[in-house]
Formats: sequence, C-alpha cells, structure tokens
Amino acid sequence: MERVSGLLSWTLSRFLWLSGLSEPGAARQPRIMEEKALEVYDLIRTIRDPEKPNTLEELEVVTESCVEVQEINEDDYLVIIRFTPTVPHCSLATLIGLCLRVKLQRCLPFKHKLEIYISEGTHSTEEDINKQINDKERVAAAMENPNLREIVEQCVLEPD
Amino acid sequence: MKDSLVLLSRILAHPDSRCWFLAWNPAGTLLASCGGDRSVRIWGREGDSWICKSVLCEGHQRTVRKVAWSPCGNYLASASFDATTCIWKKNEDDFECVTTLEGHENEVKSVAWAPSGNLLATCSRDKSVWVWEVDEEDEYECVSVLNSHTQDVKHVVWHPSQELLASASYDDTVKLYREEEDDWVCCATLEGHESTVWSLAFDPSGQRLASCSDDRTVRIWRQYLPGNEQGVACSGSEASWKCVCTLSGFHSRTIYDVAWCQLTGTLATACGDDAIRVFEEDPGSDPQQPTFSLTAHVPQAHSQDVNCVAWNPKERGLLASCSDDGELAFWKYQPSEGI
Repeated sequence: MERVSGLLSWTLSRFLWLSGLSEPGAARQPRIMEEKALEVYDLIRTIRDPEKPNTLEELEVVTESCVEVQEINEDDYLVIIRFTPTVPHCSLATLIGLCLRVKLQRCLPFKHKLEIYISEGTHSTEEDINKQINDKERVAAAMENPNLREIVEQCVLEPD
Repeated sequence: MKDSLVLLSRILAHPDSRCWFLAWNPAGTLLASCGGDRSVRIWGREGDSWICKSVLCEGHQRTVRKVAWSPCGNYLASASFDATTCIWKKNEDDFECVTTLEGHENEVKSVAWAPSGNLLATCSRDKSVWVWEVDEEDEYECVSVLNSHTQDVKHVVWHPSQELLASASYDDTVKLYREEEDDWVCCATLEGHESTVWSLAFDPSGQRLASCSDDRTVRIWRQYLPGNEQGVACSGSEASWKCVCTLSGFHSRTIYDVAWCQLTGTLATACGDDAIRVFEEDPGSDPQQPTFSLTAHVPQAHSQDVNCVAWNPKERGLLASCSDDGELAFWKYQPSEGI
C-alpha cells in the first residue's frame, strides 16, 4: 500500500514538475486559480465598449486584477468580476455587465458560477446595477430584446 | 440522509435552453414544463417512463417563464417575456390557445389560478399585479391592477382555499391582497428579506407562507388573526403576518423556488448552487417558533442552477425539478422513518 501511494506521489510530483506547478501543496491552489482568472480575462479584455471604438481593456474598464476565481467544487469555479465604468454616471454600465455575462456564458470552457460587480465607489447607482446584472431572469429577458441584443452581439463579436 | 431523495429519471426537456418552471395538473397525471425555447411541454407517465405528450410552441414569441393549471385541470395558463399570458384549453392530448391576455407593459413573470377557478393573477416587470375574472364563456376581464410593489414582481400565488393572493418582488418584499368592496387591496407587506424574493408557497392549511430569496434564506410567515392568544398586534380586523422561522446557512446561492407539499407538509427548495434540499418540521416544535431540519440534500441535482421544484399533488414523495441545463428530473423522497 505504501509503495502504491509512494508511486502515486512520485507520479504526481513529476506531473506537477512537468506542468511547471511543482510547489508545495498550499501554494499550488492559488496558481491554478490565477490561471483560471487569466483565462477569464483573456475572454473579456477584447469586448468592445458599447459606445466607444475601444476595447474594455484599452479603456481600463477591466484589468487582470479585476478577475477573481475561487474553487466551489472539483471542476466547478466561482468567477467574480469587478469592473470600473469609465465615468461615475455611465448609463452603459448595465450594458457592459450584460456583455461580460453573455461572453463568458458562451465562451468560458469550464463549469462556473458568475458574479459581476461594479468596483466599489465608481458608480453613483452601484447597488442597483449590481442587483440587475446578477439577476439571471432580467439578463435573459434583456437578451430577448432585439435592440439590446444587437448592441451586445456587436460588443462581444470576436476580434479578427 | 443522502439516500432519502432518489433520482427516478432525467429528461432533456428543453434542449439548448433553460427549463424555467414546472406545474403538475390537479390530478397529478400530467406535468407541464416551460422554457427559454418559447415552448410549453406536457409530460405524462407511461409505465416507468415519462414521455412528451404535447408541445405548445405557437403561443409565445419569447421565453415562457411560468405555467399554471386551472383547478379543474382543463386549462393551462402560460406567462411569457413577450408580455402576454396565453390560456390553453385541453382536449385529450391537444391544447388550443383560446385567449391571449394582454395589458402588461413588459415581461409577465408569473401566473396563478385562484382555488375557485374564477380568478387568475398575473405579475410583471412593470411592477404590477393584475387580477382577472373568468366567466363561463371563457372571457377574461381585468378587475384590478395592483401597483403596490416598487419593482419587478417575480411571483404570484393564491391561498389554497381562500381568495387571498400573495406576490414576491425584486423590491425584497412579499405583499398580500384581498378583495374589499369590489376592488382588490394590498392588506399586508412582509418585510425581512435582504434581497429579491423569488418564490412563495403556502402550507396545506394556508396559515403559513414560505418565501425564498436571493439572500439565501427561506422565511416562514404565520398568519395571526385579530384577538389571537399570542398577542400579536393586528390593525383593526386585518390579519397580521409574522416571520416565525428563518432557514439560513443551508443554501450557498440564490434560492429560486420553494415548494410546500400539500399532502405531507414537507418543504423542498431549488437553489442556484445546483442543489435540491428537503426540510421537515421538527415534531413537537413550537407552532409560534417552529424549527425545521434538513432531511435530504442532493448537491449536484442538476449540472446548473435549479429553477423549480414541484411536489406531485396526489403521489406522496414524488418531486419534479428543472434547471438552466434544460433538464427535468423526477425524484422519490423517502422520509428516514420509512427506511
């Protein structure tokens, strides 16, 4: 029995070494979460702003550090995004939230739950917007509105 | 505990879309499901399996959010994001849309039939609750528009035997309505939840109401009539409702639905953490401060959010659930004493 577990830990450490994750147990977890967060960021950074010709990354609406990933279960993650609208009264904040949600729902390859918030103190109606963009029924209904849908589709269109 | 809710079968009811809601017909022989694919499906049992008997896809232009059977079982109402409610008449396995109720400004979120079958309630993101009167010729007339909520109204449900209506809202409150001199009035506001109230269920007696919320709690409210022994204050002849129990710490995300079995008094919840939970009232707990215990918990009941749980009205322990993954599942609940 001991030999089996010894072999297993050797195989595991070898695998971790090969994948560049050869660190003591506790430190491994944050690294995997960081990788997942980068995967999320890579999908959202190219989303276009609903009214400017720039991407959310260019406008610093999203940054690498605004994505947090936590493990819920094995292969199931909680993704939290805190974005910063360009101006405190930005009426398009809800629309940006909608774009983030739609893009990740469609493209993120791992099982997840998503929470989207406006970074604290950056918007005058923060709580209202946070509540709205995390209500899946409101989001689903918004996406059935042809006008809103068209705007969102334009924003989340994959860059060439 | 983990074995007391057993999966009987699982069906991909609304492929590539959400399955939002389920409703058993009063005889418990048919289950209606609705979803993001704009359709209503009717499921019936054949032997050990459940098969799709009808697909109602002509009625709505957008998501069908909820469905409700009339107490006689001959009509089905469907509420849609297209701002309308369709009334379907059942004829054997066929369903014909006999009326479309219009009037709400935007998404209709819920529909419910009063126990008499003569009244229907609908609610919408337009913040209003409408009460409709049904006559013998299948004509529907709106008799009241209630604008008591300050936000999106998520759910409506009728008392099991009286003409008392309850609604749940994005404004974090629950409101109750009754008829007074030919008009409908809001007679109580239940405050306590800290976020959107998604669904409601009366207990079999109608004396208690369960509400579930985005705040991850279930609250149990109890009705106190004027002059009650407990000394709960009532204003005039109006009953008052008091929160007598809060189930917190059990759910890790939004609770989308709560179902109170009308045969056994068992509570089930549908949660955004993909789980189904079953609670039983502790025997001998104080009716003024009841306590409930978690008796079954299926952590990954579905692969995504569970949107609805529905107890069969005739067969004890038969529970149906549905999810964002488009699936519909049937479960058998076996209380531990029975094992």
